[in-house]
Amino acid sequence: MIESIISYGLAMGAAYALIAVAYNVMFSTSRVFSFTAGALGMLGGVCGALFIDRLGLPGVVGLLATLAFCAVVGVVTEFVAVRPVLRSLDQHLYVLSTLALCLMIQQFTAIEWSTVPQPFPQLIPVDLLGIRERFWMPVVACVLVVGGLELLYRHSMIGRAFLAIAEDNFAARALGLPERGLRVASYALAGAIGGLAGFASGGIMLAFFANVSPFNFYGFIPVALGSIGNNRGAIVAGIALGLFQQAANFLVGGVFSSVAVFSVFIVALLIVPQGLFGAPPARRV
Amino acid sequence: MSQVMLRDSANETPRQAPLRFVRKLAPFVGLFGLACLLPLTDNAYFGLIIGRAAVYWVLVSGLNLVVGFAGQIAIGWGVALLALGAYVTSVLTAGTAFAPVSPYLALAAAGVIGAIASVIIGLPALRLRAFYFAVTTIGFATIVTQIAMAWQSVTGGGIGVVGPTFGGVFSTTWGFYYFCLAAAALCTWLSANIGSSRFGRALLAIRDAEVAAEASGISKPVMLTLIFLFAGAVGGVSGGLFASLQTYITPDAFTIDLSILFFIAILIGGRGSIIGPLFSTVLLTLLPEVAAPLAAWATFLYAALLLAIVLLVPGGFANLFDFKSRKPLETGRIIRPNEEILPGLLSAAKARGPIDIENVVLSFGGVRAIDGLSLAITPGEVHGLIGPNGSGKTTVLNAISGYYRPDSGTVRLHGAALPSGAPQTRAGIGIARTFQNPRIVGEASVLANVMIGGTVLGKSTFIETVLSLGRYRREERELRERAMLALAAVGLERLADVRTDRLQHSELRFLEIARALMLDPAFLLLDEPAAGLAGDEIQLLGALITAISRTGVGVLLIEHHTDLVFDICEQVTVLNLGRTLAKGTPAEIMAHQDVIDAYLGG
Repeated sequence: MIESIISYGLAMGAAYALIAVAYNVMFSTSRVFSFTAGALGMLGGVCGALFIDRLGLPGVVGLLATLAFCAVVGVVTEFVAVRPVLRSLDQHLYVLSTLALCLMIQQFTAIEWSTVPQPFPQLIPVDLLGIRERFWMPVVACVLVVGGLELLYRHSMIGRAFLAIAEDNFAARALGLPERGLRVASYALAGAIGGLAGFASGGIMLAFFANVSPFNFYGFIPVALGSIGNNRGAIVAGIALGLFQQAANFLVGGVFSSVAVFSVFIVALLIVPQGLFGAPPARRV
Repeated sequence: MSQVMLRDSANETPRQAPLRFVRKLAPFVGLFGLACLLPLTDNAYFGLIIGRAAVYWVLVSGLNLVVGFAGQIAIGWGVALLALGAYVTSVLTAGTAFAPVSPYLALAAAGVIGAIASVIIGLPALRLRAFYFAVTTIGFATIVTQIAMAWQSVTGGGIGVVGPTFGGVFSTTWGFYYFCLAAAALCTWLSANIGSSRFGRALLAIRDAEVAAEASGISKPVMLTLIFLFAGAVGGVSGGLFASLQTYITPDAFTIDLSILFFIAILIGGRGSIIGPLFSTVLLTLLPEVAAPLAAWATFLYAALLLAIVLLVPGGFANLFDFKSRKPLETGRIIRPNEEILPGLLSAAKARGPIDIENVVLSFGGVRAIDGLSLAITPGEVHGLIGPNGSGKTTVLNAISGYYRPDSGTVRLHGAALPSGAPQTRAGIGIARTFQNPRIVGEASVLANVMIGGTVLGKSTFIETVLSLGRYRREERELRERAMLALAAVGLERLADVRTDRLQHSELRFLEIARALMLDPAFLLLDEPAAGLAGDEIQLLGALITAISRTGVGVLLIEHHTDLVFDICEQVTVLNLGRTLAKGTPAEIMAHQDVIDAYLGG
C-alpha cells in the first residue's frame, strides 16, 4: 500500500504542481488567475489520446502537436477572456470570463470527444528504475519544466523581461518592454505547460472531459499554499498534496479524501492567506 | 430651510412620490400577476417550468444581495445551498435519519441549516482574494454533492431520495405552484427591503468603495455575516421547494451548471438591481425549454452567454434599460454651497476636546513615513497640514482614521487613546474624512452615496429592515431628508438622483464632503479637497470649510493649494520627510525660512 501511495502520490503531485506552474506563469504577466488552467490539463490528456491513438501519429509528434495545440488554447484565453477585462481588474470579471471559457472548452470536449474516460496510449514500454511509465512521466515532466523555467528566467533576456513585468508592470512598460507581446507569450507557455501536465499524467487520469475540475481545484491548491508566483513553493505543496490525497484515498476512501483535502486546504488558507512561502501583502489606502 | 425647496430640487414633489412608487412596483406586479393567471391555461408542463423559475428565484433573491450588491464572487454557493436545502428537507420528511417530521418543519430546518452553512461557505471571503474565494465555493459545492453520493444510508446515494410533499391544498400541482409563487413574492419583498435600506447601500459601498465604507462605520464582517445568513436561509428553503417540485432528487441534479445559471441571471439582470435578476431568472429557466434541440449544448450556451455578458454588457440589462442616465446632464453646472443650511445639519459644540497626536512614528519597511509627529486638531478650528509630496501627510490622516497602526506614539481623542487598525470605529465617535481620490459607488445615485455616510445613524435592526417595520421606515425617511440637506449645503442638491459616475471630478469632491457631514462629525479630515478644482470652486470650498469649522467642527486640511491653507487655517503644520518642519499661524509659516526653502520657494 505504501508503494501505491508514494507512486500515485508523487505522480499526481507532480501533475498538480505543473498545473500550478501554468497558473503562475499566466498570473506573472497579467495578475490574473485563469480557470482555463484545468481545461489545459484535460486537453493534454484528450489531445494525446486523439493524436496518438485515433490519428496514429508517432509518440513524439503527438506530444509536440499536443503542446502546440494547448499553447494555442493559451493564446486564445489571453485574447478572449483576459485582455478585455484587464482594465477592470478590481471588479474581478476575469474570474467569470475565464470560468466561462473553461466551461465552453469542457462542454465542447464532452460533446465532440466523449463523455466517458478514454484510454491513454502507452508511449515507451520501458520501466525507469523499475517504475512504470505512467508514474515516472509526470515527475520527469515536472523536473524538466521547472528546471527549464529557472534557466529561462535567470539566463535569458526574455526570461528577465518576464520577471520585470511580473515585478512591476508599469515600470517594465516604461522601460520599453513589449508588455502585450510578453503576456501573449506567457499564455502560450502556460498553455504548453498545462497541456504537458495532462499529457504526462494521461496514464493515470485518462483522456476524460471531466478532468477539468480536479485539475483546476487540485492544481490551484499548490498555487495558494506555495504562495503565488513561487514555482518551487508550488512543487513542494503539489507533491505534499499528491501524497496526502493518495494517503487519504487509500486509508479512508475516495469521498472522504476529497473532504479531507478540502478541509485542510481551507483551514491552511484561512491561517496563512498569503501561502506558506510568501509575505503578507501591505494594505494600500 | 424650506423643505419645499429641497423637495423640488430632488425633482420630487409630494404628489410625484407615490407615482414613482407605482412605476417601480409595476413590473413586479405585472410579472407575478401573469404567473398567477397561468393555471387558467391548465398547462401542467408550463406550470412546472414557471414553478421552477419561482423556486430558483427564491434562491437568487438572496444570492443577488451577495453577488450583485456585495460583489462577492461566490460561484459555487448557489448549487451548494440548493443541494443542502433539498437533502435536508427530503431526508427529514422521508425519515431516513430520524423519525419523519412535517414538511413545513423540514423546510424551516432547511432554512436554518442553510443559513449556517451559508456563513461557513461565505466568510472565507473576508480573508481570501476573489479568485481563491471563488475556488473554495466551488469546492464546497463539490463536497456537498460528494457527501450526498457517499452517505447512502441517509441520502440514498446515487439512487436518491424522495422529495417532500406538502399536504392539504398544496398537494395538487397548482396548489404547490401557488405555494412556490407566494414564496418567490415574499422573497422579492424581503430582498428589496434589504436592497433599498442602509444595509443594501452598505453592501454596495463594500463592493465598490471598501475603504470609504469602513470610514463610514460599516463593518464588512458584520454586513457579510448578515447577508450570508439571509441568503442562506432563503437558499435552503429554495432547495426544499426544489426537492418537492422534482419529487425525487439525486446528486446528479446539482451540477455546477445550475450555479452558473444563477450567476448569469444576476449578471444579466444587472448588479445592484432586484427586478433585473428576477426577469432574467425567469428567462433563463425558460430558455432550455424553448430551445429543446439544443439541450445537449445547454451548458455550453450558458457559458458562452456568461462570457458575452462579462465582455459586452458588464452592467447587465438594468444598465441597458436605464434610459434616464443617457439623457445628457446640464452642462456648465456650477456648484453653489449654501452655508446657511449647515447649522441645521451640524449640531453645535459636540466635541469635548481636541484630537491629540503625540510623537507618532510609523514606518513602512525601512521607510519612516512619519517620524515623531505631534499636532492637535482643535474643535472649531481648521488645522492645515502641508508639505512636499511623500512627506507623510496622508499617512498622518490614515493613522488618525485607524487604517495604519503607529509603531510608537499615541492618537487621542479628548484624552482617550483611539484604537489603531480599526477604521470602522471612527464614524461612531464622530470622525469623518474624505479621500485623495474620491471613493464612491459609481452605479448608485448621488443621494444614495451621501446616505452611505449616515449608515451609523441607523438604529433599526436587520430584522426590522427586512420586514420594513415602522422604525426602519421612519429612519430611512429621516436619513433621506438629512442627505438632501447635506447635498444642499455643499450645493449638489440638483444632482441627487443622478448616477454618481456621471459627475465631474470637482462635484465628487463636494459629494464626499456631503457624505462626511451626514455623520454630524466632531472632526472632519479632508485629504486634498481642492485638488482638481477650478479657482472659483476653491474659493467656494474655502468658504464652506470655514463655515463648517464655525459650527464647532475640528477640521484637518491636507492641501497643496497653500493660498487656500493660509487663507482659512488657524494653525498650520509643515511636514518634510515625515518630520515637522514648522508649526504656527499662517503668518509665521509664510515667514519661516526653512519652509520657504523646502516647500514654498522664494
